[in-house]
Amino acid sequence: MTSEQILQYIFSGITVGSIYALVAIGYNIIYNTTGIINLAQGEFVMLGGMIAFSLSQIMSLVPAVVLAVLITGAVGSLIEIVIIRRMKKSSVLGMIVVTIGISIIIREIALFIWDEQIRALRFFTGNEISSIDVFGARISPQVLWIVGVTALIVIALYLFFRFTLTGQAMRACSSNTRAAKLCGIRTSQMVNLSFMLAAGIGALGGCLVSPLTQTHYAMGSELAIKGFIVAILGGLGNPMAAVAAGLLLGLIESFSISFLPMVYKDVISILILLVILVLKPSGLFGSRQTSSLKDF
Amino acid sequence: MKRILLTLLTLTLVLSTTFATGQGETETVKIGAILAVTGGASFLGAPEAKTIEMLAEQINADGGINGRPIELIIKDSAANPEKAISFAKQLIEEDKVIAIIGPSTSGETMQIKDLCESYKTPLVSCAAAEAIVKPVASYVFKTPQKDSYVAELIFQTMNSMGITKIGVVAANTGFGNAGKGQLEKYAPQYGIEIALAETYDRAATDLTAVLTKIKAEDVQAVVNWSIVPAQAIVPKNMKQLGMDVPLFQSHGFGNIQYVIAAGEAAEGIIFPAGRLLVANELPDSDPQKATLVAYKNAYESMYNEPASTFGGHAYDALSIIVEAAKKADSLSREDLRNAIEDLTGFPGTGGVFNFTKDDHNGLGMDSLAILTVKNGAFALY
Repeated sequence: MTSEQILQYIFSGITVGSIYALVAIGYNIIYNTTGIINLAQGEFVMLGGMIAFSLSQIMSLVPAVVLAVLITGAVGSLIEIVIIRRMKKSSVLGMIVVTIGISIIIREIALFIWDEQIRALRFFTGNEISSIDVFGARISPQVLWIVGVTALIVIALYLFFRFTLTGQAMRACSSNTRAAKLCGIRTSQMVNLSFMLAAGIGALGGCLVSPLTQTHYAMGSELAIKGFIVAILGGLGNPMAAVAAGLLLGLIESFSISFLPMVYKDVISILILLVILVLKPSGLFGSRQTSSLKDF
Repeated sequence: MKRILLTLLTLTLVLSTTFATGQGETETVKIGAILAVTGGASFLGAPEAKTIEMLAEQINADGGINGRPIELIIKDSAANPEKAISFAKQLIEEDKVIAIIGPSTSGETMQIKDLCESYKTPLVSCAAAEAIVKPVASYVFKTPQKDSYVAELIFQTMNSMGITKIGVVAANTGFGNAGKGQLEKYAPQYGIEIALAETYDRAATDLTAVLTKIKAEDVQAVVNWSIVPAQAIVPKNMKQLGMDVPLFQSHGFGNIQYVIAAGEAAEGIIFPAGRLLVANELPDSDPQKATLVAYKNAYESMYNEPASTFGGHAYDALSIIVEAAKKADSLSREDLRNAIEDLTGFPGTGGVFNFTKDDHNGLGMDSLAILTVKNGAFALY
């Protein structure tokens, strides 16, 4: 394998890995405040791409993407108010099943609004045939957008959870809801915020990848599974770890293709997940002590 | 008790025969259809159902089958073979249809092939696999062109372009795997070497890795065989990798949405397909032109969406049944079957059908044309 080819596989892995990471970040935000694994996260990605596509027909790209993120965020918040909030008494496992139901409802509504055809958002820079030469390897400018914005999201989230009062309050809800309540944190508001944030980030991801991967009403479930694997691999509850795990999984998949037929790609990624979970049940970057305090 | 039962039985028999004879002269002619209107194959079934609904209206307005109107009974199988089987039984035994249109997918058709054969009910399938009519079952027909023709046409085009070494990617679905098999079967005959053949997941979102692998083989062309959205991802990824070799696709690419999604990258893609996509470009001498333009215009003005070759397969199935029924000695299922087999020179959307005892597809390789994408639209190559 020449060095150009190795670099090409690395870029391919980073592209796929960033897509996984964007989904996994959403899982972690909701998990952190509620302990729920929201399996409708992939549908937020789909909604973002679809709404942005429809809006981009009547306005330019930037406002279309911003509006798509806001609308999907509102959808996330609405789901929390209308459904999740009323399910307080059910177990965490029950809630996860509820999120599967939500994902099916969103998918069917999307089929009704946008039919079964695929849509692709315009490229942010250049078009379908533009390609940038990086040390002999070739990538689409959209890949730079995906990687760059993912990095920005991660940094912003880190600062938000670490240094702002709201972010700290959200983390407090996650470690101990009752104690957080006693401190005067309005936990229901924090949960609502986490759904809004997760939906918004999912939607932004959906807009970023749409030019390359295209948007289809049923794309969410596949993304949700891969994002879930990545979230577990990194250790649930840690958005930074999710990004690292996403990139790792993307690279493993991409290099597995280089020497094995592509059909074995998923076998390899699941195999690696199993090995890691056996050796380190709390995930690659998760700490054993924290995970023993959680339901999952 | 026995006597009462016997009387009842006789009574039902007498009544049903009276009703049946009553139906014979005044009632409608029932034609069944099993289509995947919803579910994973809805891009096939939905236009198919819309097409035959529209066509049935036109046929009845023109006097139906020798003065008797037709009645369509459409069942939505959602591409589920079990549902297809139970719907087929229902249509044959309860609704007493004279023939069945569909199913939309090859898997479903293979499941009900024997059933229709044993009940002696003509089945005109809208699915592509060659196995439906090979070996020939006397009551089973199909309207889409065989996938082996598509593979051979691709190779003929490559021969004329001087291409000898290619890479193949196919979706991991029934359609993709069957196509990959045909390509691998016919490549040696045309002196073409397949350097690498790979399959990808139906929901694949990025194929740069596998294309990098193919690029390293120094191939002169790439063939992609699928009906999934990856048809638009492959051309984009190739351009991003700076691969300038021509891309060939299967007849599954005959959906303008994929061209829109691939944008600039779709320019120059070469694929064999029925002539419906370029109906307006055909010379007036073309025997299919009148049928094609009429169908395309009627469909597009009625449903406000582009006509696809898939809807055309159902159009052909219904028009073949109706045309044969007009010529048949009677409207019994057996006479209808014989009339379909005798049909020759019948212009449909898929090509000019010439059925024989051994060929229940009735289309030759000339039913396909080589198409390309020019300025975001389909054009003759």
